[in-house]
Amino acid sequence: MKKLFSYMRGYRTECVLAPLFKLIEALLELFVPVLVADIIDFGIGAGDRGYIVRYSLYIAALGLLGLLFSVTAQYFSAKAAIGFASRLRLAAFSRIQGFSYSQIDSFGIPSMITRLTGDIDRVQSGVNMTLRLFLRSPFVVFGSVIAAFLIDTKSALIFTGTVPLLSVIVFGIMLAGIKLFKKVQAKLDSITKSTGDNLRGVRVIRAFRGEDKEVENFSATAAALAKIQKFTGKITSLLTPSTYIIINFATILLIYVGALKVNQGDLSQGEVVALYNYMAKILVELIKLADLIITMTKAAASASRTAELIGEETEDEPDDENAPLPAFSAGAPLLQFRDVTFTYHDGAEPALSHIDFTAPKGSRIGIIGGTGSGKTTLINLIPRFYDAQSGEISYRGVPLSQIGKGALRKKIGIVPQKSVLLGGSIRDNLRWGDPNATDEELKNALQKAQALDFVMDKEGGLSYEIAENGGNLSGGQKQRLAIARALVKKPEILILDDSSSALDYATDYRLRQALSEIGKEMCIFIVSQRTVSVKDCDTILVLDDGVIVGKGTHEELMKSCDIYREIHYSQYPDEEGKA
Amino acid sequence: MKGQKGTVKKIFDYIGKYKAAAVLSLSFSFLSAILILLLPVIFGDMIDCIVAPGEVDFTTLSPLIIQAAIIILITAVFQWLQYTINNQITANIVRDIRTDAIRRIEILPLSFLDNHPHGDLISRVVADTDTLADGLLLGFSQLFSGLTTIVGTIAFMLSIDVKITLVVVLVTPLSLFAARFIAKKSYAMFRKQAQAKGQQTAYINERLTSQKTVKAFSQERNSIRGFDERNQALASYSLKATFYSSLTNPVTRFVNSVVYAGVALVGALVVVGSGGLTVGGFTCFLSYATQYTKPFNDISSVITELQNALACAQRIFELIEQEPQTAEREKAKLSDIRGDVDFRHVSFSYDKEKPLLQNIDFSVKAGQRVAIVGPTGCGKTTLINLLMRFYDADNGDIFIDGISIYDIPRRNLREQFGMVLQDTWVKNASIRENIVMGKPDATDEQIKAAARASGAHSFIKRLPKGYDTVLGKDFDGLSEGQKQLLCITRVMLCPPPMLILDEATSSIDTRTELLITEDFSKLMKGRTSFIVAHRLSTIREADLILVMKDGNIIETGTHASLLAQNGFYKELYESQFKKSE
Repeated sequence: MKKLFSYMRGYRTECVLAPLFKLIEALLELFVPVLVADIIDFGIGAGDRGYIVRYSLYIAALGLLGLLFSVTAQYFSAKAAIGFASRLRLAAFSRIQGFSYSQIDSFGIPSMITRLTGDIDRVQSGVNMTLRLFLRSPFVVFGSVIAAFLIDTKSALIFTGTVPLLSVIVFGIMLAGIKLFKKVQAKLDSITKSTGDNLRGVRVIRAFRGEDKEVENFSATAAALAKIQKFTGKITSLLTPSTYIIINFATILLIYVGALKVNQGDLSQGEVVALYNYMAKILVELIKLADLIITMTKAAASASRTAELIGEETEDEPDDENAPLPAFSAGAPLLQFRDVTFTYHDGAEPALSHIDFTAPKGSRIGIIGGTGSGKTTLINLIPRFYDAQSGEISYRGVPLSQIGKGALRKKIGIVPQKSVLLGGSIRDNLRWGDPNATDEELKNALQKAQALDFVMDKEGGLSYEIAENGGNLSGGQKQRLAIARALVKKPEILILDDSSSALDYATDYRLRQALSEIGKEMCIFIVSQRTVSVKDCDTILVLDDGVIVGKGTHEELMKSCDIYREIHYSQYPDEEGKA
Repeated sequence: MKGQKGTVKKIFDYIGKYKAAAVLSLSFSFLSAILILLLPVIFGDMIDCIVAPGEVDFTTLSPLIIQAAIIILITAVFQWLQYTINNQITANIVRDIRTDAIRRIEILPLSFLDNHPHGDLISRVVADTDTLADGLLLGFSQLFSGLTTIVGTIAFMLSIDVKITLVVVLVTPLSLFAARFIAKKSYAMFRKQAQAKGQQTAYINERLTSQKTVKAFSQERNSIRGFDERNQALASYSLKATFYSSLTNPVTRFVNSVVYAGVALVGALVVVGSGGLTVGGFTCFLSYATQYTKPFNDISSVITELQNALACAQRIFELIEQEPQTAEREKAKLSDIRGDVDFRHVSFSYDKEKPLLQNIDFSVKAGQRVAIVGPTGCGKTTLINLLMRFYDADNGDIFIDGISIYDIPRRNLREQFGMVLQDTWVKNASIRENIVMGKPDATDEQIKAAARASGAHSFIKRLPKGYDTVLGKDFDGLSEGQKQLLCITRVMLCPPPMLILDEATSSIDTRTELLITEDFSKLMKGRTSFIVAHRLSTIREADLILVMKDGNIIETGTHASLLAQNGFYKELYESQFKKSE
């Protein structure tokens, strides 16, 4: 939580001036009774109408002055609160950029969304209200207590007893409230999750006529949220009534003690009235404060959720792409895996065991194997999305762990299994690979990826706007754009993770042909389930349950590797028996 | 302002359901406001008992103390009840609104959902509704008690002096005018703020779901930059909205001090002119004048909060009132169908300016296996979209067993199809729940049998909790292929009379595919099946192949007859076997 305050830096002036001006406004208000007393004593007393008019104008003028101060204060507090919240949001979003994939999974995307939006909103309004009111209310409360001491020390002891009692109750309710509000926000996460689920799965839900069931599930979540909100409401609603009871019982006590004292001649009636007035002032202020405290409680709960996000150690910080690379040993292969074993979760079966192979510059490496055999895991180790627990992967003879992730990833072009394109023009999406690429270079990449024709058919060509998550493109189109995007990068290592699954054979064939023409400057990893995609590779790795069960060219494997043969014949049943 | 009034009315419709509770809450609020006004009077009487040393009237004082104590306790109880009821009503209303929103989402046309950033819709269902709740709660707890206090104070003032009361009552509306003026301005800003928030949420949603690709391309900084732009836009609207709305309080307070000065002036002059007002009465009047103006402050600050709430409410109502898909027609009903499917002169396009499917016309006989082939983007998936009525054709008609699919309810139509799509979707629920989507009452045995048939059983049993593994909670790493196997299991569990397989096995390795081929064939036997596939083996066994290009069916026939035609299909087919060197 403390960390969050550092984002206040830069708004120090506003943070001081806003409450200060509010305070001045309150002080100005305190002058009004003095002026009224003067009107009564001198204006009415002397029957001086001019005096009355003048002093009434003074009261109005004080009001105007107060207006100026408070408007300025409002501006400062709004500026500080919003500036703070917006920095916080940026900081949290940036922090997420440094999360590893497993960190993202552990928070969950819906929860991160609510933290970035709803929670920070609450923090913002909490800060805003606090700056406006928090100094003012205690000032009035403590001012009244001091004033009470000046009138009568013994009666003032009632005040000093009341204030701590109030504090205990207020903070007790507040602490309980923070816990409950955190629960409320967590339930809100499930609402976000469920809504997102319904939007993404709409086709399947409708195809299976699951609409009613989904509504039912959602209602259950919404009802659970309502239930905990109601309970929270019951607890926090105690705040105002309990303050009311304490202050007013204190008032009764005050009047009673006052009555005894007046009877003994220790106190005058006017002094009792004054003490009573101060108690009343405290009450009014405390009721305002109670509202503020609820807002603050919500803000504190939300702030701690935000702090959880910001406080998380980033495991995959984006580092400088242009960081100097270590000295590479000449003659070392481009990429080498030596006895690499990787496990996703502690204690689980390894997803990859004892992986050993070499990928020289300009080579083509095919990776083939069944669903869940570890193909994608293997290539995820190359750009260091995950780090292997044992064994070593080296790039030009240097272990990957000694190379900055940013600099390493700059050398690698990846086409993921599920093509991801984001809202924005085709040009913007392609330039992910190289922000300075010219249209000519982009077209060149599109050409190789077999995407130029359809891109040019789109309205605006490269400027065509892609909808969120590529919603206005077909699966095959997305895949080809993703390939083009990786090519724009002109990587040393190109990884195609089953990247042609959505392509029809004709397009796939032309794509493979284009890739073979790229020449020898690129080392290409082709992950596939089809032997036809990998048969021209220099080395094919056959994976089964995380272990390499075959390594060699197509011809070699057809002779030596049962699993490879099986895969091949499952796709080309005609060839079986001919060989 | 007109839209605003409509929105207020809609909110009241939601409140209407909790009329009894609302009335109860208002009564408690009324009673506690009156009691709060009454307490100072009793305290005043108590102070009147304390005159001077030796002259304190304890016999009158004691019962007053008891009276005050009782009033305090009752007030506190009423206050608590009022707040609690308000919380209940608000929580219920928000629940109702959210449920209505999701209910509407389920019947919105896909053209709407496909073209709307999901993050923005989520922001409406979650964040906007939340803001509305805050506003409602504040409105409930302060608006009415404020009004009661005003009316009560006026009554007390009238009992002292009519003339000065009139001065007060005539001047104060000024503050309401000022508040209204400011409210109008800030409402516009609040709407912009809510919009900017929606855009930002959409951006967050999109970027975070694509985080891995973002990382692969080292686009983190780029993401942050894009986020920063939206964040700044939001901040600038927020600043304006917050500042404008926070003007209400100082301005009304200023009007109040003018009122106060006015009362001081007129009151003092009346006293001097001896118009029947004592100094004591004058003091009392001044204190009521402050008490009277305080609720105005509260109400005007509530009003600004309500502006924000209304701006958000309007966004959520926009969603709830979004035109749903065309009404269902129940002219006919499909049951025990054979499975003849006819497309008659069907035309369709997503974008009216770019025709896609043109005059599609073909017939499928019951039980036939239909393969749809063609280059990417030629309209294969669109054909499926029309068949399932995810979209409605612009022209032409589609018949099943001679009945137009537009004459039957969508559910009745979709019941007839089992569908597996290339774009896999599993929900964040247990494996079991994911499988039983089409048949919620399936037994464990049936589920396992289906999973065995689809080849999913072997990986499911290795998951941390088997069939009870909750995706997104217990386990997160299903591969695309495994997801696809789950989707196939769904269909295997309750096979309907017709099947749609849109690249249903694209992510499954061929060995696994081979293992489930037999079950798949069994599944397709006797069922009209539409298959979009790239794999030759599936295509070759089809009874009818539709070859599509640029939105038209250019060739139809069987594998053999199409090869003989020596046309586009042959070209497609041969590219498969050509070597890529």
